[in-house]
Amino acid sequence: MLTLDRATYDAIVAHAKRDHPDEACGMVLGPEGSDRPERFKPMTNAAGSPTFYEYDSLEKLALYKEMWANDEEPVIVYHSHTATEAYPSRTDVDLAAEPGAHYVLVSTREHGNNPGPVEFRSYRIVEATVTEEEVAVLDAATTPPTRQGDPDGR
Amino acid sequence: MAVEVRIPTILRTYTADQKSVEAKGESLSAVIDDLEANHPGIKDRLVEDKDGTVDLRRFVNVYVNDEDVRFLGGLEAPVTDGDQVVVLPAVAGGA
Repeated sequence: MLTLDRATYDAIVAHAKRDHPDEACGMVLGPEGSDRPERFKPMTNAAGSPTFYEYDSLEKLALYKEMWANDEEPVIVYHSHTATEAYPSRTDVDLAAEPGAHYVLVSTREHGNNPGPVEFRSYRIVEATVTEEEVAVLDAATTPPTRQGDPDGR
Repeated sequence: MAVEVRIPTILRTYTADQKSVEAKGESLSAVIDDLEANHPGIKDRLVEDKDGTVDLRRFVNVYVNDEDVRFLGGLEAPVTDGDQVVVLPAVAGGA
């Protein structure tokens, strides 16, 4: 299960809506081994494309060096699909290189840049096997998580 | 001639989970061959044969002292003692 706070959830959704119709991408970092997504890091989509994303080479190096210096790791690796469902594509699976991360997919196909709900789903991608997991959004530190149901009931 | 090579999580199965390893060589190509000698299998994850020419894989970035080797001559990029070599997989995908 992926557990994240409301502010982080909102930041990912806002980034996806802002960059629509291009794919948005980024990470949420956390202390190594903690599984806590704490530091939101939106990244540039160097491909600038509605069907592909790729981090800029030097921006990516800077990000990883920051993580190594802080003993952090990518807890969430997110990107958006802007015309298809929030499910990892074959390319997403082939290129997934962070087996410890939660891969978050946001689909903006329904409302684009406008207000309105998005599909927000999370997966583990390990050795080309995709496993969907529940997403729990913490509204405040003291309240129990609200479970985000899978919109398709799968 | 020894350089430190930073290994990404996805390739640590080849280095017994070590985050960085030492390698020798005066060019990136020689460094990769030395890595392969000590960590068999890793070379194939870094380079590929493109029409008879060996080149870095499209979805791998290698840096020497923070510069992307694609701007330093690719596999022929010079490496000197004490340099830091970093390998990172692409973070990429798409619909």
